[in-house]
Amino acid sequence: MQIEADTRSIPALPKHRGGAWRDVAGILLIAVAGAAGYFLFPDSLALLTRVTALAMLALSLDLVVGYCGVATLGQAALFGAGAYAAGIACVSGVTEPLSLLLIGAVAGAAAGLVMGGIMLRAHGLAQLVLSIAIVQLFHEAANKASSYTGGSDGLAGLTVGPLFGIFAFDLWGRTAYLLGVVILVAVFAALKFVVASPFGMMCRGIKEDPIRIRSMGAFVSPVLLKMFVISGAVAGTGGALAAISTQVVGLDSVSFELSANALVMLVLGGIGTLYGAIVGTIIFMAFEHVVSAINPFHWMTMVGALLIAVVIAAPRGLGGLVARLWTPSRHGERP
Amino acid sequence: MQTAFSIAIDALAYGMALFIICIGLSLTMGLMRVVNLAHGAFAMIAGYIASYAVRDLGTNYGVAILLAMAGTIAVSIPLERFLYRRIYGAPQLTQVLMTIGITFCVIGITNYFFGPTLKTIPLPGFLSQPVDLGFRSVAAHRLFVMACGAVVALGLWFLIEKTAFGIRLRATVDNAPISEALGIRTQVVYAIAFAVAMGLAAFGGVVGAEFLPIEPYYALRYMVTFLVVVSVGGAGSIPGALIACLVLGAVDTTARYLMPEFGNFFFYAAVIAIVWVFPRGLLGRAH
Repeated sequence: MQIEADTRSIPALPKHRGGAWRDVAGILLIAVAGAAGYFLFPDSLALLTRVTALAMLALSLDLVVGYCGVATLGQAALFGAGAYAAGIACVSGVTEPLSLLLIGAVAGAAAGLVMGGIMLRAHGLAQLVLSIAIVQLFHEAANKASSYTGGSDGLAGLTVGPLFGIFAFDLWGRTAYLLGVVILVAVFAALKFVVASPFGMMCRGIKEDPIRIRSMGAFVSPVLLKMFVISGAVAGTGGALAAISTQVVGLDSVSFELSANALVMLVLGGIGTLYGAIVGTIIFMAFEHVVSAINPFHWMTMVGALLIAVVIAAPRGLGGLVARLWTPSRHGERP
Repeated sequence: MQTAFSIAIDALAYGMALFIICIGLSLTMGLMRVVNLAHGAFAMIAGYIASYAVRDLGTNYGVAILLAMAGTIAVSIPLERFLYRRIYGAPQLTQVLMTIGITFCVIGITNYFFGPTLKTIPLPGFLSQPVDLGFRSVAAHRLFVMACGAVVALGLWFLIEKTAFGIRLRATVDNAPISEALGIRTQVVYAIAFAVAMGLAAFGGVVGAEFLPIEPYYALRYMVTFLVVVSVGGAGSIPGALIACLVLGAVDTTARYLMPEFGNFFFYAAVIAIVWVFPRGLLGRAH
């Protein structure tokens, strides 16, 4: 039971020079969509802020799953590490929001180092199980260390100072949302650089054929570990953003369910493109917002049916499906 | 001494209940190479059927077990035909996604029909009273579960190692195209193996309901436990699964008795330690 490189999910490498311009256009599109959300849904900015935080979780998962081919169901451990680190720092006196985000990123990166160090020892199924065991262990640890984390009650009472000393975090969540969008766009742009760099190419190479990469003289594990650390920093930033915007950190931020949901979001949008992570998060959260308000069990049935449908009909995610429909000339090209 | 004895009995019975449920998953993962995260969902379906049979139809406990197994297998056959058959040999991530999707659907649909409350399966009189062993008395249900576990282990060993079907199954697992060329109908072998695995999940779900109560999120809550146990034991190995279930059952029960405030902490710490040392599981086969 080895992890086979799923060749269908590997995005086409940028073949022409238009790639960079397309990335700039994509980043601008995300920024415009973020601004549109601000004006179109002024009453649900809290939900939209959560979308930006979870989009970072999905992005971090995409780095590991989509670019390194390491299947993990424990990504929430990194998200939660960032959230709790920012929350604990905030309670003990650090109230500057950008420093809190930095603390979250560092904590997430450290958690990523630990998690990658443990997970990369195993392969295939054992790796998947280790990721689950790690997130459950984080969950129990956060539950047990209730003097620091508030245990099952959650860590409440975060009072974050105003951004740059000027923009206070208001009741409508305007500041939090705009901060979230700006951070998301910045992270996305940075990650586009990372995945297009020689290091990102190396990760893709490892995903496709680790043995060949090793025989070319490169070290496989350190490269993957580096990606784990980057992924942890991104997830930790998302966690810190969630903590700052909701002013509470709950045990659910380090749960297996959140990890599974993040994977669902990523797969819904499409693996290995970075865009898919954001698109998937938006679709998932929108559906959840509407359907689970009616009946949480209908919501589960629907997510399940959606997952089965995606696996059968659109293995590249909805993003891949759209791309396939958009360019019918490439339809005949079977991977 | 009294505490140590009751911990030992509970640990053994819990380990056996885990074993009955997990061995089916071990078969599907080790022999058919499908990471079936929906395994617990089938145990849950069985639990709901058994609870309905005993409480609403008033059937006997034994009849309820048979009904639950038959019902679960009946549900699993079309799922195998239309969904699982597509993911045999697919990348792991695809299998994980598909089976998580099935789990979510099963949870949503069962709760739509049976309601979101905890379901009990009342035990018959002779199982709910204590049995005197001479020096201690033990709940009869615990002994019953242990006996069931032993019977399942022996029965499966016999089926796989000693029968014609076992030979076909092992041949199919080792090399499906060659087996097919030799006239073994691999699709049928897979379908039967899958049905056996689901039947065992159903049996374990009903018998183990005292340890793992049947509730709306059963499939999700214990999904991780089952998966972890199987990979610790080494997928596809009956003795491996048995050892893993007994060891992890003992760790979990002991920790719950002596340090209940730590929850599952020791269970997962033990899992990480074992998988760290044995990346293929205790008795896993190299693929």
